[in-house]
Amino acid sequence: MTPEEIIKPENKVYARPRLLDDRNTHYCPGCSHGVVHRIIAELIDEMGLEDNTIGVAPVGCAVFAYNYIDVDWVEAAHGRAPAVATALHRLNPDRLVFTYQGDGDLAAIGTAETIHAANRGENIAIIFINNGIYGMTGGQMAPTTLLGMKTATTPYGRRADLNGYPLRITELLAPLDGTCYVTRQAVHTPAAVRKAKAAIKKAFQNALDGRGTSVVEIVSTCNSGWKMSPAKSNEWMAEHMFERYPLGDLKNI
Amino acid sequence: MKGNEAIAHAAIRYGVDGYFGYPITPQSEVLETLEDEQPWDTTGMVVLQAESEVAAINMVYGGASSGKAVMTSSSSPGVSLKQEGISYIAAAELPALIVNVMRGGPGLGTIQPSQADYFQATKGGGHGDYHLIVLSPATVQEMADFVGLGFDLAFKYRTPAMILADGIVGQMMEKVVLPPFRPRRTDAEIAAQCPWATTAKRGRGHRNIVTSLEMDSPKMEENNRRFQETYARIQENEVRFQEYYTEDAEYLMVAFGSVARICLKAIEDARAAGIKVGLLRPITLWPFPTKEIAALSRRVKGMLVVELNAGQMIEDVRLATEGRVPVYHFGRMGGMIPNPDEVLDALKKDFPEIK
Repeated sequence: MTPEEIIKPENKVYARPRLLDDRNTHYCPGCSHGVVHRIIAELIDEMGLEDNTIGVAPVGCAVFAYNYIDVDWVEAAHGRAPAVATALHRLNPDRLVFTYQGDGDLAAIGTAETIHAANRGENIAIIFINNGIYGMTGGQMAPTTLLGMKTATTPYGRRADLNGYPLRITELLAPLDGTCYVTRQAVHTPAAVRKAKAAIKKAFQNALDGRGTSVVEIVSTCNSGWKMSPAKSNEWMAEHMFERYPLGDLKNI
Repeated sequence: MKGNEAIAHAAIRYGVDGYFGYPITPQSEVLETLEDEQPWDTTGMVVLQAESEVAAINMVYGGASSGKAVMTSSSSPGVSLKQEGISYIAAAELPALIVNVMRGGPGLGTIQPSQADYFQATKGGGHGDYHLIVLSPATVQEMADFVGLGFDLAFKYRTPAMILADGIVGQMMEKVVLPPFRPRRTDAEIAAQCPWATTAKRGRGHRNIVTSLEMDSPKMEENNRRFQETYARIQENEVRFQEYYTEDAEYLMVAFGSVARICLKAIEDARAAGIKVGLLRPITLWPFPTKEIAALSRRVKGMLVVELNAGQMIEDVRLATEGRVPVYHFGRMGGMIPNPDEVLDALKKDFPEIK
């Protein structure tokens, strides 16, 4: 068979989502961001929200999310995305407003903004990428870094007596009256990707329906920061990260 | 009504879309008045008490991104917290209004009036090369009027404006004529006025992105050049000031905000005693009335700058005069306010030839 014989519309089972830009990303090969971007681009298209969505990008590896998904975007200061999203949605209440944040952004410098936006029950969706490390700045300790994990600022491993404990901020958000849906997912297998997509879809729909704040944590890999191959990172995540950050719904009302 | 209350009423009447604030003395009446008026039921204005000044200014950033007319208010320590967001708003070329009703510092300082944030307001405040349009009200009437003026300038130049009031103007009560009600802009009007706004694509066909990030240095320099060109146009077109008794003045006082009114009383007393003193009151602290002060420096024998600080605006006055005449400073700090006699005594002390 020649390539021309194979490349036919009826044989196509996989395509670039229409709203995911056809350009190289700056993400490392094997990074979870690409998969989550794809899910979001697919969902915005499938839910018919292209003309009705405003994304809020973080500071961190996903700072350029606005270059990859073809909707309106505001690039927030580090940690401030939930505050930015609060005003965007209150002033434009019929739009889907979502934030896309990493663990340093959401669970360290932006802890106050995260908790208070969720506590007010802002009708936004928060997509939280937890890879346990600061990727963009070169692999420093994050609030979610596991004990014993080596990073640029914990070169001998994270110690509870020096650095405190890995923060399960999603568990902090679940009991708040303002949240309606809090879940923890991953994208390391096709089955996990399908579940994560269903979770983000529910979060988007909750925001549109005015049901309160939805938080979707995606336990993710950072193979560059973890200094492992992409395949090894997925194994290591399942082995170690899921113990501290178990997958599943924490709240679904 | 109080100056702070006038700001709240003027904001509702101007058709402001959103206010985001955090309580701090001596400006809490802005938020309190807005909550009491419940404008969400009348004009649709959003009013939100944020969890911090940091959150409030980032809410302003988010709201301004979507082309809405949004504002915040605070007092000195709170405005320090807002500086990160103000820098982002300036860098993203967004219109917004920030009100600082100044109290004494540094640190937690005092809740009494001050003008010690002049440097912070006029020289940037946050990181990077930027300026705010800084309006200095001296009356409750100007507190009301400068809300509309601040927004008009902010949208005209796509840059944040600040009302830099001292605690006296915020707290004192005077008669005020409030501006007429005007409706908030519709989505269609915002899309037409702000084609850059992140309103969601809404059939626009292309995405809008609000960001201050540019990793390509030549492009970032180009962005900075564009900012500076905007600031040059503002300096060319938007200098505002008031002169009193300057036609025949031999000495000039320069003062802003409520202190200008204290100086005016001192000048009237001086004139009654045959001393020819005039006053220049900058209304825009940035852009500063440099040319006007330079022109006056060729006519008077000397100047006295009176401020509620240790000497801040005096630096801009001295730059304007280029050493042509002596420029002295009289300042009170920590919430202390001079009376007209003290001001006049300071003038006589600095210029001993005055009898």
